[in-house]
Amino acid sequence: MSNTPSILPAGTPAPDFTLPVTPDQQISLSELRGRPVILAFYPADWSPVCGDQLALYNEILSEFHKHHAELLGISVDSAWCHGAYASQRKLHFPLLADFEPKGEVARRYGAYREHEGTAARALFVIDAEGVIRWSYLSPPGVNPGADGILEALESLDAGAHAGSTGGAA
Amino acid sequence: MTTTQQGTLRPPVSEDDHVLGPDDAAVTLVEYGDFQCPHCARAHRVLPKVLKRLGTQVRFVFRHFPLAESHPDAVHAAEAAESVAAQAGNQGFWRMHDLMYDHQRDGDDSLDDAHLAQYAGQAGADPAAVALDLSADAYEEKVKSSFMSGVRSGVNGTPTFFINGSRFEGDWTTVDSFAAALEEAAQ
Repeated sequence: MSNTPSILPAGTPAPDFTLPVTPDQQISLSELRGRPVILAFYPADWSPVCGDQLALYNEILSEFHKHHAELLGISVDSAWCHGAYASQRKLHFPLLADFEPKGEVARRYGAYREHEGTAARALFVIDAEGVIRWSYLSPPGVNPGADGILEALESLDAGAHAGSTGGAA
Repeated sequence: MTTTQQGTLRPPVSEDDHVLGPDDAAVTLVEYGDFQCPHCARAHRVLPKVLKRLGTQVRFVFRHFPLAESHPDAVHAAEAAESVAAQAGNQGFWRMHDLMYDHQRDGDDSLDDAHLAQYAGQAGADPAAVALDLSADAYEEKVKSSFMSGVRSGVNGTPTFFINGSRFEGDWTTVDSFAAALEEAAQ
């Protein structure tokens, strides 16, 4: 089990990063401060389980957006590969290329699998202040689904609204 | 971590579900499926043999999980099944369910609205009424609520099975392995 990564736990400030989102555009985590961010590390474009996982997230983007959350997919594939994959699968959220130096961001989140040379299947929900509030490592062959993400986003909302008697969420 | 909560069926099976088999069965098998999904069609070829082997020990429940972005006809197919169920009851639902999977690979248009209306007629419903329901999105909310129950239960693709409320991670592709898992749950 020495190859099992140990991912950053809840309560840890999320390490900032800047990664290509297209061949000529970059995105930094810190740009998204002020709203929740879902980081979905996954092993590879085109592999069947990842496909299902990202397809599922693609279907429920509107649920994530209800919580004003931004979803970012991250793998070690290049921006060109991500572009072809996102267009073929009609994905409506950004895929970041943790390509050079390979897997560096995944490593900083404890979500890199040395032997395979890919990101692990790890999920992080980061709050508006940039702190990890929930993280989950799935076995590589198991698609983790979205129930954990939605629960984490709901508890963020509950925390943000605590003490207020405000109206409908 | 909330690991233990992941992959738990919510809400539990109720009278709102489409059920095949006795209410007092030892095992409840729930499938979240998509009528345009090729893997679900594959499962559909395995399931009848599995259910037959288990007999009255199992009841089978189907819930909708159409992946609209991947399968453009899947949402209407699910809504058509609901429309047929409203007109022709539980038996009509299961006939429609079988027809859609049996014809899924006939061609690119095998689940378009015209074909759905045709299958609806064969399943015992009025094809014109089903077509009308589809154009009015009469069962859109019902299908969406089934989909969201799947998301909340940890459905992670189609088909996803739950055995007695827990997500099944084992092999459903062969009759022997699937039946063995259900038999174990029946003990």
